[in-house]
Amino acid sequence: MMITLLMVGLLLSGALAWYVEGKKVHSARWVALVSTVFLLVYFVLSIIFSSQQNYSELTVLTRVTWIDAFHIEYALAIDYLSIVLLMLTLFLAIICVLVSWHEIQEKAGFYYFNLLAAIAGIVGVFCAVDLFLFFFFWEVMLLPMTALIAIWGHEHRQFAAIKFFIFTQVSSLLMLVAIISTAYFHYQAVGQLSFYYQDWLALDIPLELASYLMFGFFIAFAVKLPSVPVHSWLPDAHTQAPTAGSVLLAGVLLKTGAYGLIRFVIFLFPEASHQFAPVAAVLAVVSILYGAKMAFAQTDFKRLVAYSSISHMGFVMLAVFSFNEIAYQGAIVTLIAHGLSSAALFSLAGMIYSRIHSRDLNDMGGFFKSAPRMGGFALAFAGAAFGLPGLANFIGEFFSLVGAFSAFPVLVVFAAFGLIGSAIYGMVLFQTTFQGPATATLSDLSLREIIISASLLMLLIIFGLFPNIILQYSHYIGVVL
Amino acid sequence: MTTIALTHVLILASILFVIGFVGVIVRKNTLFMLMSLEVMLNAVGVAFIGAGSAWQQADGQVMFILILTLAAAEVAVGLALLINMQRRYRSLDIDILARMRG
Amino acid sequence: MSLLALLPFYPLISFLILISFGKKLSWQLASTISIGAMLLSAGSSAVLINQLGNSESQLITAHLWSWFSLTTTQGSATINVAFYLDALSAVMIAVVTGVGLLIHIYAAAYMKSDENFSRFMAYMNLFIVAMLILVLADNLVLLYLGWEGVGLCSFLLIGFWYQEKANVLAARKAFIVTRIGDTSMAIGLFLLFKSLAQLTIVDVNQAAQLSWKIGDADAYWIALLLLGGAVGKSAQLPLQTWLPDAMAGPTPVSALIHAATMVTAGVYLIARMHEVFLLAPEVMTYTAWLGALTLLLAGVAALAQHDIKRVLAYSTMSQIGYMMLALGAGAWSAGVFHLMTHAFFKALLFLTAGSVILALHHQQNLFKMGGLFKKLPVESLLFIIGLYCLVALPGSSGFFSKEAIIAELWSSPTAGQGLWYCAILGALLTSIYSCRLFFLAFLGKARGNSNLEQHQDGHQENSSQGHLLRLPLILLALLSLFGGLISLDLSSVFSSAIATQAQTNFINEPSWLHTVAIVTPFIGIVFSWFYFKSYRENSCDNIKSSTGAISTFCKSGLGFDRLYQYVLVRPYCCIAKINRRDIIDQVLMLSAWYTKLWYEVLSASQNGSLRWYAAVIGIGVVGLAGVVAL
Repeated sequence: MMITLLMVGLLLSGALAWYVEGKKVHSARWVALVSTVFLLVYFVLSIIFSSQQNYSELTVLTRVTWIDAFHIEYALAIDYLSIVLLMLTLFLAIICVLVSWHEIQEKAGFYYFNLLAAIAGIVGVFCAVDLFLFFFFWEVMLLPMTALIAIWGHEHRQFAAIKFFIFTQVSSLLMLVAIISTAYFHYQAVGQLSFYYQDWLALDIPLELASYLMFGFFIAFAVKLPSVPVHSWLPDAHTQAPTAGSVLLAGVLLKTGAYGLIRFVIFLFPEASHQFAPVAAVLAVVSILYGAKMAFAQTDFKRLVAYSSISHMGFVMLAVFSFNEIAYQGAIVTLIAHGLSSAALFSLAGMIYSRIHSRDLNDMGGFFKSAPRMGGFALAFAGAAFGLPGLANFIGEFFSLVGAFSAFPVLVVFAAFGLIGSAIYGMVLFQTTFQGPATATLSDLSLREIIISASLLMLLIIFGLFPNIILQYSHYIGVVL
Repeated sequence: MTTIALTHVLILASILFVIGFVGVIVRKNTLFMLMSLEVMLNAVGVAFIGAGSAWQQADGQVMFILILTLAAAEVAVGLALLINMQRRYRSLDIDILARMRG
Repeated sequence: MSLLALLPFYPLISFLILISFGKKLSWQLASTISIGAMLLSAGSSAVLINQLGNSESQLITAHLWSWFSLTTTQGSATINVAFYLDALSAVMIAVVTGVGLLIHIYAAAYMKSDENFSRFMAYMNLFIVAMLILVLADNLVLLYLGWEGVGLCSFLLIGFWYQEKANVLAARKAFIVTRIGDTSMAIGLFLLFKSLAQLTIVDVNQAAQLSWKIGDADAYWIALLLLGGAVGKSAQLPLQTWLPDAMAGPTPVSALIHAATMVTAGVYLIARMHEVFLLAPEVMTYTAWLGALTLLLAGVAALAQHDIKRVLAYSTMSQIGYMMLALGAGAWSAGVFHLMTHAFFKALLFLTAGSVILALHHQQNLFKMGGLFKKLPVESLLFIIGLYCLVALPGSSGFFSKEAIIAELWSSPTAGQGLWYCAILGALLTSIYSCRLFFLAFLGKARGNSNLEQHQDGHQENSSQGHLLRLPLILLALLSLFGGLISLDLSSVFSSAIATQAQTNFINEPSWLHTVAIVTPFIGIVFSWFYFKSYRENSCDNIKSSTGAISTFCKSGLGFDRLYQYVLVRPYCCIAKINRRDIIDQVLMLSAWYTKLWYEVLSASQNGSLRWYAAVIGIGVVGLAGVVAL
């Protein structure tokens, strides 16, 4: 019930924001801000005061028949994995609203509607346990996102939005085929068509078929993650999106891919994933190194950060396919840490863009003199990008690599070179922007911007020094390889 | 009288049909296109007559009357369109009418 | 909270205050806060060392909080934020806080006129925090945190004057080269955890002794990878190229980070993990040889430098080579002792050089100096003291530590005679370049210091600054001269190592070993006296620096920069640039191009022409009929 209320609440406040903007200008953002803060607090409180204290197993919250003819249900369930990701989503929703405060001037009401609708879709994705419902939310979260890029983006927004949409759609179609095939298999095995996750967990699928089904799911999540070679939608989408769009994309949407990998690929098809693990690990390491190299080559600030996201999510995929406790914990922490740090870097890009109206690194330089606070935060976030210990990203990367080392030692040695690569692009980003001779005088951070940056940095430091806050809720309950 | 082999009739019909068809494609003047269409229709009619004669049934002749009627109606409409076109465009070149391009 | 636990927090709090309120603080307030924090740390260190000496177990620990746990199928290892003080860490914190305090006092005076003074002192304090965490960490992950922390602070301090492109690039180079070493160390940590399922140092040592025999493959690789990390941080071969460029930072930074503390972190790591290294004797031999080669390479390079700070940088590289040589030969205590004495006299040399540079209005080129002996007598005397210790003439602290190292080389199972000869040659080179440095800068005719006169007037005005500058120098000079008398008892730390050493046979050593070792520096001095005659004499006006090919080659650090540029940097940048538009993306966009092609073809076929449509219908019918017929 709580999750449904959450989603309905988001949609209603989006609609309200849209309506209210027509009456009074600049009121939509206040509606959005108040509602996101309220919903985050509501969610946290309902988790703390819920009757059930232990969420290590999937706890079904709602289960209602939806489309009886195909036995499709409206079923939502949460466990610690979804709770952690939901908190990240709702927190980043607040950041998104704060980041778009001054940036969005036209059609602001419709903008906040799209933003909140996308978040509602994402909430659904993290909670759905009926596969048809999952697919429904998967598509639903795409549409407002595409609209966000296409309408409020930068100069090549149409191209980026279409590319993003088609890429994700094609992969989702493969997933749909896999979903329907599995449902049909369930029908053949048990005698009744079912899309319910728990029913599928009990199925015993022969390895041959399971490999194909797993691959269908894998493709969809690999595109979303993203993994080389299907990563190329990400740089354009991230670069052309408005700042809040980038924050949402990098901070949350990419995590839906990782969530899908864990929830569906690993747990529904364990033997097939074990068999596929070496291939996935190789792809992951290629993502890490290729992403780092590409990031170094870019001259556009946001594009560089976009490629760094590809590099970091490579660590997640490597960890997920290592099948042990340490790696799994590393994956979860990396998801949270990367969500926060790339949200921070994109917000920073937005702040710089609002001042000099350019994302080109050649136009930047020596900003530290006029904006030392911004420079300080930028250094901290660049440090997060290359895994400076003391921040959460280090814990995530360390755990991922230690865990993956017992499964794929040689690959981890290559992945460790990603540490050098990330230092290179992280430092180049910071130095090109903030050091060297000054090219322009910038105004330093405003209060709103300080709130954004400081809250993100605070969380990164807290999770970096006290990671047990996340770790105690992330335990691997699968089969260890 | 000596019966003509069906094959010969069909060959004649198909040659006439092809001539008519090529005429439709090649000629630019709408009037000549209509005339070529007539040739095609007549070719089909010849084919029907021949077939009816080969199987000693009246259906071939019946079909020919149908075709004749059809041709007449079609020519009436076609010539009306042609006159309209002449008034509008001062020319009967069919290639002028190309506004419904994709 | 115990005294040990609080130790890094004084400079941390100072850092936070200085970074938050930066520009609003006056010079007096900012320097008081930063130096005050250092005083507290130094005082605490002194108290702690005293406690340690009196304690039964020769050990003090402090547990702050539990950082995280690594759970495997065999069990779980908890990594804590906890500090571990034994004799080895005691030496380190004494050096870090003691020498650090003196350098902070100097820096407060040196950087007084800089507009970003608070930021500078903040970074210096943050560095001390990271360094203390590094040497006090009871597990390798916390050590890694300190390790990266000092790397970051080094980056910030080298690039402190960030408006100059050269400084920015030097900082970047330092960070990335040390990162390569850090990655090697990280892989070593992964391997260590996989092999022993422990990362707390005490547990690692115990488990290593239980699980591994001498020469075990795991021990070999782990020791080798840890050596890689140490080599990066300590600027040894092959990752030494960042240190000379790091001289772009202000002189107190060079003294603190690149002489006394950060570059010794690698030496500390190897000393701390000596149990693992003892189980991998081949790696110890590699360490010794790397140290020896760096020693010689840096010595040769120092002979060709023009910049006073670069000579000192190569000298540091060379001396750390000695420390590595010592550790590789199993002379653990000697290596650590040399670390301590080197901190004293190298800091003295750098800071005195700083005073000279300041007095000469930021002139660093040796060939534009000269005749300073008369103009700056105090600085000259201090410099002589520093060089006296560097060259290891009898009685100085450098003498005791260097002789301690050289004495153990000949008979060591992992070192040997070849390395002894290298060490002697290194001592010779040290004395030669030291003399060259001294002659060029302080003797001979004064070249190009016309602005010295003006500055000296200004110098007298800020006498407080002058005192602040002089006081640490005098203290360091005293430490350099008499520090050799401090006896370090590291037997509690290196107990097993000493046991192995007792078996080494010192009987078969030739008797002339010690004599040669003591006499070598004198030979070098005599040689330099005659060879560099022109530098000494008052007659030469303009000494031209040698521009021959060999000289240029040596000046550039024996071509390593060039090598890495061609082999590593250029290819990476090239590949990055060529593939900027991402070839995978281009391949996938082929599908878009293909679709567009079909779009164009099909829309061309909808040309609205009736005749065309009729023709297509005809062809289609014929085609279908053909298909059906076939």
